[in-house]
Amino acid sequence: MTNRYDIAVIGGGNAALCAAITAAELGAHVVIFETAPKAYRGGNSRHTRNFRCMHSGPLGPLVEDYLEEEYFEDLLKVTDGKTNERLARLAIRTSEECLPWMEEHGVRFQPSLSGTLSLARTNAFFLGGGKSLVNAYYRTAEKLGIEVLYEANVTHLELDGNRIAHLDYEHEGESKRIAPKAVVVASGGFQADTDWLTRAWGPPAKNFLIRGTPYNRGIVLADLLDQSVQSVGDPTQCHAVAVDGRAPKFDGGIVTRLDCVPFSIVVNKNAERFYDEGEDVWPKRYAIWGRLVANQPDQVGYVIIDSKSLDLFMPSVFPPIKADTLEELAEKMGLPPVQLKDTVETFNAACGDTSKFHPTELDGVKTTGINLPKTNWARPIDAPPFYGYSLKTGVTFTYLGLKVDENAQCSTQDGPITNLWAAGETMAGSILGQGYLAGFGMTIGTVFGRVAGREAANYAN
Amino acid sequence: MQTDLRQEARRQAEICNACRYCEGYCSVFPALHQERFFTDGNLTQLANLCHNCRGCYYACQYTAPHEFDLNLPMALAEVRQDSWESFAWPHPLAQIFQKNGVMIAVATVLGFAVLFLAMRTLGSAGGEGFYAVLSHNAMVAIFLPAFLFPLLSITISLRRYWEGTAGKRITLAHIVGAFGSAANMKNLAGGHGDGCNFEDEDKFSNARRLAHQAVMYGFLLCFAATSAGTILHYAFNMPAPYPLWSFPKLLGVPGGILMVLGTVELARLKLKADRNLGASSAWGGEMGFVLLLFLVALSGLLLYWLGGTQLMPLMLAIHLGSVLSFFLLTPYTKMAHGFYRLAALIRDEQRKAALE
Ligand SMILES: Cc1cc2nc3c(=O)[nH]c(=O)nc-3n(C[C@H](O)[C@H](O)[C@H](O)COP(=O)(O)OP(=O)(O)OC[C@H]3O[C@@H](n4cnc5c(N)ncnc54)[C@H](O)[C@@H]3O)c2cc1C
Ligand code: SF4
Ligand code: SF4
Repeated sequence: MTNRYDIAVIGGGNAALCAAITAAELGAHVVIFETAPKAYRGGNSRHTRNFRCMHSGPLGPLVEDYLEEEYFEDLLKVTDGKTNERLARLAIRTSEECLPWMEEHGVRFQPSLSGTLSLARTNAFFLGGGKSLVNAYYRTAEKLGIEVLYEANVTHLELDGNRIAHLDYEHEGESKRIAPKAVVVASGGFQADTDWLTRAWGPPAKNFLIRGTPYNRGIVLADLLDQSVQSVGDPTQCHAVAVDGRAPKFDGGIVTRLDCVPFSIVVNKNAERFYDEGEDVWPKRYAIWGRLVANQPDQVGYVIIDSKSLDLFMPSVFPPIKADTLEELAEKMGLPPVQLKDTVETFNAACGDTSKFHPTELDGVKTTGINLPKTNWARPIDAPPFYGYSLKTGVTFTYLGLKVDENAQCSTQDGPITNLWAAGETMAGSILGQGYLAGFGMTIGTVFGRVAGREAANYAN
Repeated sequence: MQTDLRQEARRQAEICNACRYCEGYCSVFPALHQERFFTDGNLTQLANLCHNCRGCYYACQYTAPHEFDLNLPMALAEVRQDSWESFAWPHPLAQIFQKNGVMIAVATVLGFAVLFLAMRTLGSAGGEGFYAVLSHNAMVAIFLPAFLFPLLSITISLRRYWEGTAGKRITLAHIVGAFGSAANMKNLAGGHGDGCNFEDEDKFSNARRLAHQAVMYGFLLCFAATSAGTILHYAFNMPAPYPLWSFPKLLGVPGGILMVLGTVELARLKLKADRNLGASSAWGGEMGFVLLLFLVALSGLLLYWLGGTQLMPLMLAIHLGSVLSFFLLTPYTKMAHGFYRLAALIRDEQRKAALE
């Protein structure tokens, strides 16, 4: 067993890299354990697009201002108040100094953005996306002399009283052990462990797709929880969206999302509608459909649109299923044809004046006279060819995690663990009780990664 | 054109269109995002806009081993290569040289041989300096067709390109915009000025951009030097050789030096870069072309340096021989990319203008 390293960072995503870089800049000798091979390094972070950032006045690519109160209000809306206010405000406030820090460490942002997202005030978009961010950090880490072990799977942290005594990992086919002075856990959630998801959610979880890395299996999280390290969050809470049913089981990433729900009707496998497709706008509607689909038989849904709507949403990775009649579409999608036609006809009959239809605003174009209304964008599905997509639940990340304080330090019932810190998804439940705010995952990882790196380095020095 | 190459590029373009993370690296992405379905013409245009900087490859979360298996720089390079071959006139020549460095070398040696033979058989006709080796009239007789033929060939190819990509009437604004992008190689700057990912995986560097600019500007200076020489010869009755303080030399010497440095650096970068991110079958042809350019520039400089010595006739044959092959090969080698790129940039200016 060696003590060559001051600090061991577990994970290879954004939070881990921010912690490692910060600690190395404070003079600590740091090693990163990344369980994925190099080609897959970077966890969920490599799938990300943007970072939500507070700022007073224009900052980098961000326009106007976005102040602490507004940011916090936005967070309260999505979490329904289930957040730790002190930690949330710390994350929000610190995000402002993160953006220049990111740029100094090689991250580049999109100058301005086009397309359908209008977040130029609140979210800074990475040029090239999260993988280019992760690459920039690995380059920086290399320059700082941080050692990176790929395909190094951490299996156990030995908690001895109030400190971590040693760490076990598997690398190059062998089990190894080191005893660093301090440890930072940044190994993400447990969503890629289907068994754990199933224990938490019940059997439907078997049908969920995992949008991100297959390597976040919660191994370290489970190991620490078993040793009575304090946790937060509800195991059934996670960020889930509706994704294309044909998406890969893991790692489909951003391209499998479907933005067509507002212009559609969505039915279950019995060809029955089950929720108001016209409710509310992005980002809320984006996040709710994952759960709605999860509650349907076989955890599937089907979006039905017609040719009027095909160009109104972002293209998605798989082409829609296309047919000239509804019956034919139903056949192709495995839905009961008579039932589908009936559902569509009932819906169409309930549509009224559509002249105020406006694809990018809540337009109030709604149905009347049916039990399950559609409250916006309600246009009859009547212009062939007809198109359909299947929907499944796509899990982004889980919320059950390690409880931390303002210094990102972990604890047991008896008090802080003197040499253990956590950052990123693995402690995000400390702030996100439920719901999700676009770009906040990277905020939490960057802020708490830097805090954890700083605290660990101070301790190790 | 090969449908499987297009099918593959189309598949990848559709994934990029759903992702859009690389928006901002280069002009390929804004052009791509404007389409929902990609025609062959769209793909040709995208492929010729791509500078193979590889920024999008290293930023992509879907590269192998991911099942989406994205490699956009390669897919576009293949389509680009294929488009040049199919637009080229006469067609079969393109296939021989685009991909084949050895054939370029053979052609160059043939170029030398023709010149040696010309010197032996046509001779000096009593001129001075270079013309003591080969008469001016003989040089004109050889080089004028060798210059005009490629122009004709390229014109035909570009017209085919324009038809293939549904190009519209060109205005001055389109040209100004396109030359602006070409002048500073905007699309090799990575969208952030840090350059591209050509030499060492995801490391950003301006090396390729600078080397490419050295070659381009070096070439333009040399071309200007030759034009200046022609004007001095015909308009002012001042035949070569020219002294250092003359237009042909003041333009040509720095131009030659830039080209030598630039081609050496381009060859070095090409050796370092991952071959699987380009049209790998064309690697040899591209390298052959870089080396030919190097030879043209170096032999030109040596000719100037050794012009007063006994080695002059030899250097003259080598220089003129390599220039001859260079001209003749222009429509069928990587040299053609300059013309297509400009055409693509002009077409892109039209796309942008149509948005406003
Ligand atoms: C498709 C998608 C898009 C997203 N878009 C955004 C966005 O635009 N903005 C945003 O803020 N958030 C986004 N998120 C959420 C965001 O990805 C996360 O909040 C954030 O990346 C978490 O970073 P992290 O460092 O905590 O975890 P990760 O980046 O997931 O890193 C965890 C790392 O730990 C490693 N690891 C796991 N177990 C072990 C072990 N036992 N031993 C060693 N290493 C281990 C993994 O291999 C991985 O490298 C998105 C997520 C997905 C899936
Ligand atoms: S190359 Fe990859 S990351 Fe870039 S836009 Fe295409 S799919 Fe997205
Ligand atoms: S390789 Fe470079 S120039 Fe080509 S599409 Fe990708 S980013 Fe653009």
